[in-house]
Amino acid sequence: MTSDGKFGVIGKPLQKVDAVAKVTGRAIYADDMLLPRTLHCRILRSPHPHARILSIDTSAARRIPGVQAVITGADLPIKFGILPVTQDERALEHEKVRYVGDPIAAVAAIDEEIAAAACDAISVEYEVLEPVMSIDEALAAPKDERIQDYGGPHNIHKLVALEFGDVEAGFAQADHVREDVFFFQGNTHLPMEQHSAIATYVDGRITLWSSTQVVHYVHRALSKVLELPMSRIRVIGAAHGGGFGGKTDPFAHEIIVCKLAMLTGRPVKCTLTREEVFYAHRGRHPVLMWVRTGVTRDGLITAMHFRTALDGGAYGSYGVASTFYTGALQTVTYDIPAYRFEGCRVFTNKPPCGPKRGHGTPQPRFALELHLEKIAHDLGIDPVDLKRRNFVMPHTRTVNWMRVTSCGLEECTERVMTASGYAHRDKRPGHGMGFAISSYLSGAGTAIYWNDMPHSEVQIKVDRGGVTAYCGAMDIGQGSDSVLATIVAEELGLQPADVRLVTADTDTTPIDLGSYSSRVTFMAGNAAIEAARKMRGMLIEAVAAKMKCDAAAVEVAGGRIGDFSFQEASVLAEGRFGTLISAGSYTPPKLAGPYKGSGVGPSPAYSYSACVVDLEADARTGLVKVNRIWIAHDVGRAINPLLVEGQVEGSVYMGLGEALMEEQAFRKGLHKWPSMLEYKSPTFLDMPEVETFIVETVDPEGPYGAKEAGQGPLLPVPPAVCSAVYDALGVWIDEVPVTPEKIVEALRRRAKGEPARFGPARFPSIPYPTAIKVEPPPREMDRAATSSI
Amino acid sequence: MKQEVLRDVERVVLKLDVNGERTELLLPVHKTLLEVLREDMQLTGTKHGCELGECGTCTVLVDGRPELSCLVLPIQVEGHAITTVEGMADGAVLHPLQQAFAELGAAQCGYCTPGILLSAKSLLETTPRPSRDEIREALAGNLCRCTGYSKILDAVELAAGRMT
Ligand code: FES
Ligand code: FES
Repeated sequence: MTSDGKFGVIGKPLQKVDAVAKVTGRAIYADDMLLPRTLHCRILRSPHPHARILSIDTSAARRIPGVQAVITGADLPIKFGILPVTQDERALEHEKVRYVGDPIAAVAAIDEEIAAAACDAISVEYEVLEPVMSIDEALAAPKDERIQDYGGPHNIHKLVALEFGDVEAGFAQADHVREDVFFFQGNTHLPMEQHSAIATYVDGRITLWSSTQVVHYVHRALSKVLELPMSRIRVIGAAHGGGFGGKTDPFAHEIIVCKLAMLTGRPVKCTLTREEVFYAHRGRHPVLMWVRTGVTRDGLITAMHFRTALDGGAYGSYGVASTFYTGALQTVTYDIPAYRFEGCRVFTNKPPCGPKRGHGTPQPRFALELHLEKIAHDLGIDPVDLKRRNFVMPHTRTVNWMRVTSCGLEECTERVMTASGYAHRDKRPGHGMGFAISSYLSGAGTAIYWNDMPHSEVQIKVDRGGVTAYCGAMDIGQGSDSVLATIVAEELGLQPADVRLVTADTDTTPIDLGSYSSRVTFMAGNAAIEAARKMRGMLIEAVAAKMKCDAAAVEVAGGRIGDFSFQEASVLAEGRFGTLISAGSYTPPKLAGPYKGSGVGPSPAYSYSACVVDLEADARTGLVKVNRIWIAHDVGRAINPLLVEGQVEGSVYMGLGEALMEEQAFRKGLHKWPSMLEYKSPTFLDMPEVETFIVETVDPEGPYGAKEAGQGPLLPVPPAVCSAVYDALGVWIDEVPVTPEKIVEALRRRAKGEPARFGPARFPSIPYPTAIKVEPPPREMDRAATSSI
Repeated sequence: MKQEVLRDVERVVLKLDVNGERTELLLPVHKTLLEVLREDMQLTGTKHGCELGECGTCTVLVDGRPELSCLVLPIQVEGHAITTVEGMADGAVLHPLQQAFAELGAAQCGYCTPGILLSAKSLLETTPRPSRDEIREALAGNLCRCTGYSKILDAVELAAGRMT
């Protein structure tokens, strides 16, 4: 930044630093690597959704020429899992399998075909158990046995009940109370790149290259399961072919290739098939939701009671966090003075669910937005008006202690309302428009495992004119490397292309917790600013000494520091200080409220979005054609508007897929459509034009005011689609995806005089514990503090 | 460890013309063009997402027309000109499509990018100034999970404008 406050590179639509590598096919993804003498690994997986393993015989597989090693669960008995409280997975199961696809044995062979043939030659004897395939079944007593031996009763994994403020009093004040039930079907990330990992073991040290979003968590899991100190393991993030949350858990194949490399002394690679990727999953939880809200005659919310039931699949994964997330952010968009949340996650014999873009929040967002629409219709108030009356205000604390800083909800709404002409929309039958809003975290305020260390660290080295920035952050395509380079360049008066980057390598880079929860720009960005400002200080000091002037008079811009080129200045500074290195780190402020479970939800800043969808819905066929989508996103400040637009458009696309077609559904334990052809996702022809508006509220704690952009804009799309369908046809589709069958069925019900709706009939009875009562924070708690920043 | 690898694999000698270079290879007959490009020729710019002809990620050009390399056997394309993403740039100078994709952020993770670039290249050769709908139609067989397709459409339009 120059002395007159103008940015050099921040806010400019610059090309990504890895753009040329990616358009020339030069970026090296994990499966592109082939080290000399690499062995290929295939994994034998369970064909049963629920079974005890009685015996495994690998002798025939071992006799196949070309097979170098065969391992089973006995070789990797130590359990792991992403959350410290749910260490319930094994790289290979040898006692029991819990979903079709659970790994049982692995082979390393000289080529993939031999490895696959060897897997076929392994014989496993099972005692098949009754599978548990739905939330209702999981809540009932199991026919054979429970899926996991923790949690309960029955197949319940986790129960949560929290109450903030006086909910009964809130309902008593209401003029109108409404209840609704919604269902959000599960769906999967479908990254274009299949997961892949390759490991070597040389001189007692493991090196793993993987398509992971979080090198650090893989590093920890490997250390635990392989019983090697972290100093003997190096995890490197290869160029990344898409994550969306799906590569955020440590995976069995990552551990397996390391073990096989240790046993064979040769590099070992494993690339999952597309079908395996569908079963690896960790995607969107199917969530059943019940919500009851009291409002005044004017539509102001007086109290809300929100219940969720999550179908978690067979393992814990991020599930405890997902459960809390289904209740955490309702209050961050709407001012809810009294709020009770009851959540429940169950185990079922399906691939484990976990974090997908928006992690645990698109489902309640869908329910809440539609529920408020219905309340508005009950009261005869325009839904947009009703929502606006309840928007949270900037610089407030919510009733569940979430600290809201900058908030551009009103401005986002204004932008999409004006651009779309929503208020004056064409009300012909079959045409509809729908509006919804959302918010999302700019990084989780607490780490996955409790510790007091920074969440992100950046080091900078300058030598004779070259700048290198080191950070553990993993660029998964969102452009985090470009953001790092841009920030360092801004502070040093350079261009992003002048900054060399070393990222996502546990040997050479300082920690960053990874690309999840939209945390990288905010956290690594703040760490980069600190490191770069220290470096800038040294360069300025050396130049000021040479120029015999005050440091404040030294301008840093355009590749120059005072009277010197950057290179000359770096030589002066190196002469003065020796090796030029600097470091910065970021630890989010401690924001958790005084209650158990308060670690999920707090974030140093929330992004906000507003969206309008315009569509045609055919009453005869139920087909929906989306004409156009307007989306405004409060990103705080766009460090690179091109990247922000890319994130917003990608989020809208993914939200539209979830709204209209994507479905991770099972029949007899098997995925109904584990292929890219049958698992429907939007193509070029399905995607409407998207008009994106970037709103900048300049957050007091974000790097240059920036907040997240990669997840929040997904959230308003499904509810906006459903409210547009209602606008077009007068029927409510209270579950996603909104398929033609559901629309036709809702219209049929209306014609028969039944409620004009398709959706779940009821919410099951769940043994929630008595809610823990939490005193709300003082209303004005942070106002003074944050407005003075 | 001494091991004999016994397998009856029929092999053929093929001359493949890839990116203007002719190479003679001894290949198992059942290996797909995708596998041969990536594994035998180290042309790893061609990616795969399904290996079943469903995602478009493995698209290459055969005599200028897009083909899914995971569904093609090399023996079918002997004597035909194969172009992969490595063959798009003119030396170190990017093809206008590559340039436009880079400038506009049309490659996020970049995994779908090689296939989409080649489908787009084929389109622009037959239709130099396509409409947005023509671009959509031509690229409908290529999935992308990152971009929402918007920036890709913009980039193809930009490149088309610069090339005509
Ligand atoms: S790899 Fe998917 S179409 Fe060929
Ligand atoms: S850029 Fe990632 S799939 Fe297209």
